[in-house]
Amino acid sequence: MYRYDEFDATFVAERVKQFRGQVARRLAGELTEDEFRPLRLQNGLYLQLHAYMLRIAVPYGVLSSKKMRKLAFIARRYDKGFGHFTTRQNIQFNWPHLDEIPDILEHLAEVEMHAIQTSGNCIRNTTADHFAGVAPDEIEDPRLWAEIIRQWSTLHPEFAFLPRKFKIAVTGASHDRAAVKFHDIGLKMVKNDAGEIGFEVIVGGGMGRTPAIGPTIRSFLPKQHLLSYLEAILRVYNLLGRRDNLYKARIKILVTATGTQEFARLVEEEWNRIKDGVLTLPEAEVARIQDYFTPPAYETLPAISTELETAKRGDAIFARWVRANTHAHKVDGYSIVTVSLKPEGGAPGDASADQMDLIADLADEYSFGEVRVTHHQNLVLPNVRKQDLDALWQRLAAVRLANPNVGFLTDIIACPGLDYCNLANARSIPIAQRLSRRFNDFQRLEEIGELRLNISGCINACGHHHAGNIGILGVDKQGEEFYQITLGGSSKDDSSIGKIIGPAFAIDQVADAVETIVNVYLEKRAGADERFLETYRRIGLEPFKEKLYGNSQARRPAAE
Amino acid sequence: MTVQIVTANRLRDGAVVYLTTARTWSEVFAESLPLRDEAEANAALEATKADVKARKIVGPYLAEVEETPDGIQPNSARERIRASRLPTITPDVGSWTHRIEG
Repeated sequence: MYRYDEFDATFVAERVKQFRGQVARRLAGELTEDEFRPLRLQNGLYLQLHAYMLRIAVPYGVLSSKKMRKLAFIARRYDKGFGHFTTRQNIQFNWPHLDEIPDILEHLAEVEMHAIQTSGNCIRNTTADHFAGVAPDEIEDPRLWAEIIRQWSTLHPEFAFLPRKFKIAVTGASHDRAAVKFHDIGLKMVKNDAGEIGFEVIVGGGMGRTPAIGPTIRSFLPKQHLLSYLEAILRVYNLLGRRDNLYKARIKILVTATGTQEFARLVEEEWNRIKDGVLTLPEAEVARIQDYFTPPAYETLPAISTELETAKRGDAIFARWVRANTHAHKVDGYSIVTVSLKPEGGAPGDASADQMDLIADLADEYSFGEVRVTHHQNLVLPNVRKQDLDALWQRLAAVRLANPNVGFLTDIIACPGLDYCNLANARSIPIAQRLSRRFNDFQRLEEIGELRLNISGCINACGHHHAGNIGILGVDKQGEEFYQITLGGSSKDDSSIGKIIGPAFAIDQVADAVETIVNVYLEKRAGADERFLETYRRIGLEPFKEKLYGNSQARRPAAE
Repeated sequence: MTVQIVTANRLRDGAVVYLTTARTWSEVFAESLPLRDEAEANAALEATKADVKARKIVGPYLAEVEETPDGIQPNSARERIRASRLPTITPDVGSWTHRIEG
């Protein structure tokens, strides 16, 4: 895991000191809210519906057990005993007091964490494949590159006031688990015909009110040019991106308006000017950072663990959890474990301080002290010996962290919604809770198979509803909450944007509507192997629409 | 006729507060001062600028409410949730509202 160098440690410490002064000036009346707002946002501090919210960066979703314990401590000491893991692999605390924020930041700095650039019109936390470094389908570990991007983008003076926020995602695997086509810049590591590894560069994807699948502007970028190429993209955006209209300020709008080819030409033109300059990555520096991502001391183990096989035969519930929540590891005898933060009736992504502490302990005992945060709002223990899975599962099950639902309908992504968020139009978490109770039969979930359901409480789409096989979007109709349903979204290699099925539903109708959609799928699918998304793509919206809105007045939604 | 109240967030902890009949700030919605006249409402809002300056509150605004036989009630989902001082998430395993005192 990367460790701060002297430069990192110094700037984080200086930033804490600076913000302590700014908070003191705000509380003393020397700064107005208008003056203070941009300063607090630059430090990840929002004022939400009921309280302040502090968003803390988890660079490329990687946490050590030490960092996790610190988050648990902050949850207990400064919040209400829990935190919320987000779709950007970050964590949010929902109840901190303004005057205590500098102390929280000081605690975070002790474990090399901060909240810088988790808000505002700057380059945000770079996200990555949550299976980075351990996935068998990986061409190269993307954490090295995510770390290099973190160093380059942190406090980059030229890009502190972009037209709008800017999100970068990296994957080094052949299967996209980082939703790279839905980011301002998506980087996918690829091998060219000569066998060299570089980046496919995707620009202008995004969610929000204008969802877009990013087009590729360069199919192969040699690794040493990564930063100069990113800088060229950001420069073109910084100069030409719209600043007159908040809703048209993201790079996706610029790419669409300019045209992909012309945009790529502008980037290449700028890149040719700067490409062999100071941003060319020196091999020694790359090697220095690479050292931090050296694989841990894996044991030589057989590919099949007899202990695991015996335990699976002895306990059907454990066997189900292994099927759903563990994934193939690149090293024989090891598994990647996803810890579901989606218990029945729970708030997706929430973890209590006690759970965080337990995860930290389990990481130390079973996973070389490492935890990952996924953009699906789950946690990952990336390096678990297969023979330890049974013991690990029992420890997780004791605190209800062993829900075997990863990848199924109840593995729901949900933004905080109107329960917490100032921008939301409708609540998200209560919808997730209802659905997780409605679909709590694991046999049925397995029968339904892979199905991604995402919920956003407003068009800003923090809950990734556009990319849900079933997407639910909260809308406001004269002060009341309604929910629009979309079908057919995906953030995987076959990325697509969901299509609206029809008029919105009242809150009490949503679970029934999802049930109807699932039943149409089960009835129409070509076989048990045909996933929901494939069936939808084969049969289209109509059969779902007909069942949902059909002729029955009783099924007609309340809002048009 | 529309009835309005003035609401804001408290500067120190961000809590939802309401302008009361005593012209102080309360976390209790029911203690809100009902403003039945547009001019009166605007004047009340204008007067809260002093409390903004005094660092008591942030972002005051007028919110429409409904008058019922039981008193005033918030008339939108957003204002109902603000008035409850809590997320509406039902206490259950996996959600932690039972730890939230409001």
